[in-house]
Amino acid sequence: MRSRLAGWAFLVPLVAYLAVCYAYPLFTNLDLSVRGYTVRSFVHGGAPLVGFANYLTVFGDPTFRTALLNTVLFTAVSLFFQYAIGLAAALFFARGFRLSATLRALFLVPWLLPLIVSASTWAWLLNSESGLVNAALKVVGLSSVNWLTSPDFSLVSVTIANIWIGIPFNLVVLYSGLQNIPREVYEASALDGASGWQTFWHVTFPLLRPVSAITLLLGLVYTLKVFDVIWIMTKGGPSGSSTTLATWSYELGFGNALPRFGPSAAVGNVLILIAVVAGLLYIRVQRRQELS
Amino acid sequence: MSPTSVPTRLLATFGLVAFVAACSSAPTTATTPDTFSVWDPYPQFTAESDWVKTIEKCGTEAGVKIGRQAYDTTDLTSKVLLAAQQRTAPQVLVVDNPVVSTLAEAGVLKTNEEAGLDAKQVSPNLSAAGSLNGQNYGVPIGANTLALYYNKAVLSAAGVDPASVKDWDSLNAALAKVKAAGKKGITFSAIGTEEGTFQFLPWFWGAGGSLTDLPSGKAALELWKSWLDNGYAPNSVVGNTQTTSWQEFATGDYAFAENGTWQLGNAKKAGFEYGVIAIPGRTGGTAPAPTGGEFVTVPVQDNKDTEAKAGKIATCLTAPDKVLAADTALTYISAVPSVQQQQVSANPELKVWVEAVKNAKGRTGDNLGTKYPKISQPLWGAVQAALTGSKAPEAALRDAQASAK
Repeated sequence: MRSRLAGWAFLVPLVAYLAVCYAYPLFTNLDLSVRGYTVRSFVHGGAPLVGFANYLTVFGDPTFRTALLNTVLFTAVSLFFQYAIGLAAALFFARGFRLSATLRALFLVPWLLPLIVSASTWAWLLNSESGLVNAALKVVGLSSVNWLTSPDFSLVSVTIANIWIGIPFNLVVLYSGLQNIPREVYEASALDGASGWQTFWHVTFPLLRPVSAITLLLGLVYTLKVFDVIWIMTKGGPSGSSTTLATWSYELGFGNALPRFGPSAAVGNVLILIAVVAGLLYIRVQRRQELS
Repeated sequence: MSPTSVPTRLLATFGLVAFVAACSSAPTTATTPDTFSVWDPYPQFTAESDWVKTIEKCGTEAGVKIGRQAYDTTDLTSKVLLAAQQRTAPQVLVVDNPVVSTLAEAGVLKTNEEAGLDAKQVSPNLSAAGSLNGQNYGVPIGANTLALYYNKAVLSAAGVDPASVKDWDSLNAALAKVKAAGKKGITFSAIGTEEGTFQFLPWFWGAGGSLTDLPSGKAALELWKSWLDNGYAPNSVVGNTQTTSWQEFATGDYAFAENGTWQLGNAKKAGFEYGVIAIPGRTGGTAPAPTGGEFVTVPVQDNKDTEAKAGKIATCLTAPDKVLAADTALTYISAVPSVQQQQVSANPELKVWVEAVKNAKGRTGDNLGTKYPKISQPLWGAVQAALTGSKAPEAALRDAQASAK
């Protein structure tokens, strides 16, 4: 009995933490999304249950399709380039030349900068009138591009900024993954006369797969909910062209003086659902890998 | 994990959730607190500023200590709503005027009658933003509005007399001359937030537009679009806040900038000679610009005595003798006509701004109240859609009108 009690006592901090920091906010968000809140009922309570009405409003809104498509594009393109460039950089630094440690540390700068700083810097660089990028384009004889103020380029611009921010994370994780690949495997492949390219495709890449999977999954969850970069650079605009589910959720809840908490929470829950599905998919893939 | 532990753990979790929920909705004590909290959207003012000293003086007069908290103005609405939900709203709240009707609708604010506030000393066009369903909420601390700043050197080099700008045609003619002289015409803010609508409204109202019928102001959007098409205005206006738009004007390359009273301090530092003219209406006269500026309000408390004391503090903060210091610090125009006269005699430069404030119009006025945010958001979307060329001005406004309902 005593040992049972002790067991419970040990469990309490974890359960309390999970309840306060995960279960309660999640529950509140679900509750918000199934009630018809007005500002009055938000303050004084008594918002009626409306079932899935908020979800139907959200799904029926033309912004939903744009936001979903933008989220998919933003996430997929970001992940691909972050991973590819991060892996290339990791392979480069794994060769351990002089100054490689210093350069690798410098590569971490985007990760260490507060997002408000890096996003504002990107917004300045890409400014139509006074931005450095357009100035450079002019020097080489190209016409300037409205990076942040044209609906055709705003999503591209925020994606580029987000890729830049995400590279260091991929570099660090993949670099440590590379360190764990035994040297003997490389020696064996060298003895067999494998070229550099063959070694990469048949040795490095397959042995890096577990690390790659977790890097991509963490990147996916992280990129889905990216908000600050987009909000600081474009506010999801112009006219909604760089709106993702994350910025739309914020816009609904806090974007104007009359908050729409219900639909905002509904969009947030859709995002959570996508992230959970991705997580489950990862667990499945991992299980299959362990079995084989 | 053993299979039996799952339900027990879940039970424990839900127990805790219920516990936390119960805690958060427990009523706060109904006694008058020793320290009254005052929230304002002026993070630029430190404890040594005249504004904060005024608050403390007013607290002392009411016999309470003051705990002042400054928030970013865009955060303040949701902060106050959350605080009111948790029954921890501040005793005195200084808040942006278009938000007042939303907070009143939410039942967060006391009416002036109940709180012992009086907005009679204030010009009716300025106190209008605080009325909802025949009741008044709060008193404006001061007002700001929009006008056109111009760069004297750029205009004289282009051979433009600023006094000749009387309507849209003469403004367009001036912009054409400036462009021909190799300078940039005008900068403003058309960002996809409330700021964008704020900056668009003088042109919209100046074209005879009505917020309940958005396509009626299509001439204004066509004007803005033509400025971008003709190269009178930079493409960056689509993403400009009023601050970044000001930075463009401060480079000295621009002839005109649409900006607010609050930039006067920066204008002096810009390093070139500037002037200010009112925004012209389409066919002449001064276009009604939207009023900016905050209201001092009294949020609902659990205790009548607390509310009465808060009302005293709010009255003190908006009293003519106190408000001059605050308005000077904020570079606002006072909402009280007699104080406006004092301001003009102390600083003749403010005359054009006082005139602009007299012509200004509250955004939530015309009995729009909480309908305004639902109109403003589609409106800034329409402005962006038209300026980026994704929709024609009239179609953009028609779509906005459809989604504003």
